[in-house]
Amino acid sequence: MPSQKVDTLLARNRKERFSSMKTVIIKYNAGNIRSVNNAIHRLGYKAEITAEPDKIVKADKVIFPGVGEATKTMDYLNKTGLGNIIKELKQPVLGICLGMQLMCSHSEEGDVACFDIFAEKVKKFNLPIPNPDNIKVPHMGWNRIHDLKGDIFDSSIEGEYVYFVHSYFVATGVHTTATTDYILPYSSALQKDNFFATQFHPEKSGKVGEKILSNFLKL
Amino acid sequence: MLAKRIIPCLDIKNGQTVKGIKFLEIKEVGDPVELGAFYAEQGADELVFLDITATHEGRKTFVDLVKRIAKNINIPFTVGGGISELKDADALLNAGADKISINSSAVKNPQLISDMAEHFGSQFVVTAIDAKHLHGNEWTVTVNGGRIPTDKRLFAWAKEAEERGAGEILFTSMDHDGVKQGFANEALAKMSDLLSIPIIASGGAGSMEHFKEVFTAGKADAGLAASIFHYKEIAIPDLKNYLKNVGIEIRL
Repeated sequence: MPSQKVDTLLARNRKERFSSMKTVIIKYNAGNIRSVNNAIHRLGYKAEITAEPDKIVKADKVIFPGVGEATKTMDYLNKTGLGNIIKELKQPVLGICLGMQLMCSHSEEGDVACFDIFAEKVKKFNLPIPNPDNIKVPHMGWNRIHDLKGDIFDSSIEGEYVYFVHSYFVATGVHTTATTDYILPYSSALQKDNFFATQFHPEKSGKVGEKILSNFLKL
Repeated sequence: MLAKRIIPCLDIKNGQTVKGIKFLEIKEVGDPVELGAFYAEQGADELVFLDITATHEGRKTFVDLVKRIAKNINIPFTVGGGISELKDADALLNAGADKISINSSAVKNPQLISDMAEHFGSQFVVTAIDAKHLHGNEWTVTVNGGRIPTDKRLFAWAKEAEERGAGEILFTSMDHDGVKQGFANEALAKMSDLLSIPIIASGGAGSMEHFKEVFTAGKADAGLAASIFHYKEIAIPDLKNYLKNVGIEIRL
């Protein structure tokens, strides 16, 4: 087959795959929902922001973004039944920031039980005493991710900077797929089966973040 | 290690980026979305968009512009100006803002910081403080774009903002702003020692050395500037390379 035809065919397949793939972003009481949606659009994909259980369950990819406070958000997710739906999803799910923390077993933020997808506890950063380097909480800004593993990372981004904003963290453990050093080395990403999670915001992490989101969307 | 942040600030009036000298003599310098995207491409770590006339003229914030910014820019940005209620902040969050900055409205109603932090999480709430030096360690907090001095004192107010749940302080020295002779490093370092939340230094950047000083002597977490970037006096890649070479942790 002439290579031009192959290119056209590949392009058409890709286009069809993109247009037929359904990505949903879970809509809830707080969250940087539009930011995630914008980032997906910049990559040439489409997503729907929804709280409808049926659409979430049937989607090819689910993104659970997060900005907000753990207790209030868990209350809302429990009341609406979204919590139970998220736990049972079988397709690739990406939790971001608070989304990642709520996928753990418990959060110190308001002492609240979470989804227990990852058997990890979410703890508050304690400032070092003494604190000669003026370490601050929240951990806010650009920091490196290293020791990358799992399906949404690749060696091209080992040690790169991504954007963080958080005061609570998950210790490193069996599900850790990225580590970041702040006060202590902790989990900046987790993966278990179809559940992926990043403590940082890929949608706000420039080109590196776009690569990670793109890897997730291509799963 | 966490990198020090370089933050271009885009003051917005009537949808255009402007920069005044000591908050007056406003000049237009360009389209905020275009300029923001350019800075993101150049390596800016964050952007701040302030609707500088919002409080003064009683205008509400610029949600439509924020939507355009959010669509086109892949780094975090903070918006401020005219935010006085939860619903203002909520509209901006939904428009795609990563953080909101509150200033005069928080001075007038400190409970606003607590309410915002409780509702959206501390990380979303930047408290901006414009202050003017009195004498020694005394600074007076001003409101309405620096026009009106208040009886609040800088360090006590910054501490209160932190205790009420602010995630970050954006401190602008009115004495240094637009003068280009360096940041208010002494006050910044004192604030950094006093608080445990990040501090963005604003006002006074005129050279690359000033950024080095604000991150060392000033102990700041981020350095914010406007005109030196808008007027292309300092290019962000040059600044970041310089800082890296003098041993500052920086994202290239």
